[in-house]
Amino acid sequence: MVIPVCRLDDLPRGESCRLETDPPVAVFHTEDGEIHAIDDTCTHQDASLSDGWLEGCWVECPLHASKFDLRTGRVDAPPARLPVRTHEVVVRDGVIHVVLSDAPPNLPPSCVAARMAGGAV
Amino acid sequence: MRTVAVVGASLAGLSAARSLRGQGYDGRLVVIGDEPHRPYDRPPLSKEFLAGAVTEAELSLEADDEDLGAEWLLGARAVGLGTRERSVRLADDREVRADGVVIATGATARTLPGSAGLTGVHVVRTLDDARALRDDLARGGRLVVVGGGFVGAEVVSTARGMGLEVTFVVAGPAPLSGVLGRDMAAAVSPLHGDHGVRLLCGTGVRGVTCGPGDRSGAERGRVSAVLLDDGRRLPADIVVLGIGAVPCTGWLEGSGVALGDGVRCGADGTTSVPGVVAVGDCAAWYDPAAAVHRRIEHWTGAKERAPAAVAALLSGGAAPFATPRPPYFWSDQYGVRIQFAGHAAHADTVTVEDGDPADRSFLAVYRRAGHPVAVLGVARTKEFTRRRRQLAADAARTATA
Ligand code: FES
Repeated sequence: MVIPVCRLDDLPRGESCRLETDPPVAVFHTEDGEIHAIDDTCTHQDASLSDGWLEGCWVECPLHASKFDLRTGRVDAPPARLPVRTHEVVVRDGVIHVVLSDAPPNLPPSCVAARMAGGAV
Repeated sequence: MRTVAVVGASLAGLSAARSLRGQGYDGRLVVIGDEPHRPYDRPPLSKEFLAGAVTEAELSLEADDEDLGAEWLLGARAVGLGTRERSVRLADDREVRADGVVIATGATARTLPGSAGLTGVHVVRTLDDARALRDDLARGGRLVVVGGGFVGAEVVSTARGMGLEVTFVVAGPAPLSGVLGRDMAAAVSPLHGDHGVRLLCGTGVRGVTCGPGDRSGAERGRVSAVLLDDGRRLPADIVVLGIGAVPCTGWLEGSGVALGDGVRCGADGTTSVPGVVAVGDCAAWYDPAAAVHRRIEHWTGAKERAPAAVAALLSGGAAPFATPRPPYFWSDQYGVRIQFAGHAAHADTVTVEDGDPADRSFLAVYRRAGHPVAVLGVARTKEFTRRRRQLAADAARTATA
């Protein structure tokens, strides 16, 4: 599924935004001008990575500071152990689009439980 | 530099070892730890680990495929530092000679006089401490927790979740008043009452006693009560002491490394001895904004400051250093996430700006002369994170102004 995010001009470098998909997706515009999309929920616990600290093409989780590589989803060090799922980004006619991945997400246990119970994540 | 010794194998020591490799140091790296365990995460010890929701394997701080190319000397306690030849002396008389030394020996839990050797009296600092407490809590009974910091508050919350009867004894006006300040500590503390905890504030503890007649013989006595300053006696089957920690710097006495409350450091972790830096709970870095040396006993401090200390070590103190982010910590109690950043003690006002303490969900901003110096979030993660970033940006700006 391809989802339009916003106009490229509306997401300045160094900023991020969050798509209210299920599960939510975080979109980042790095200082170097790259656009990346990953699942918004940290793989450790329920923290929103779009609120994290963006450094180069890594984002640091705002809760316990594990860092994720926006290009590959790789995590640098615990407490998070699993990579975060990445999504493809295309910019068409000045609009950012995210191509949602069909790989299974690595959601933290608390969110998986909430989803199975049918609750909001 | 051909050999660097990192003394301490917890988060600060591991972060220093990672920073050394990350900053291109490819010489011999020796990590010395007094506990027998590889680096593990301490925050879950008073929460998920105690409740049995997290296993020992999940506490590991190392990634599965991580290899720092280090020699690990574990179960090895450092007892002395020779600063002239920079050698670390170990309790078993071994000696590690190094060109650079990172001091990351942390802190040990304070105890009450007379509590040593009594069964049922616990502190929660190490994995072994937490294992022992977990086993004791599983037996059930009356728990008395002494001390108003996070460890105490988290143990109280976890034990209530396990169904124990809990009394929480705090010397100050409310739990967490040391870090949150009086007003906000008072706003957060009803959480304990909500969950059926008996909270006794404003009273010190004189000591603990054990049951009659079981002090002699091979069986060590088990605690039976906590004695309060006001003469009250609280019957207890299990006692947890969360009364703070003392920096582990005894091994540095006489070494020439300047000590105060911890190892006295510059704003980049350098000590009074060239080639020796300090990070983590044992280190009192100079804070230029407040013009004081102070220890930051938080997880994030241990992790974030290591790169600066290592850069200073590798450059001989010549590396430019960035202002550290304001101290940040979190605590999870009764399923409520409490987050704090900055220094409450610097503030002259504090206001609730969002939510309501009565709903156990709010955000408060601490200000000094109108400028934010700290922020507290209770079940307000998103808004808290925004304010914390703002605080960090302001701190960086004032430092360069
Ligand atoms: S929630 Fe992201 S590291 Fe813990």
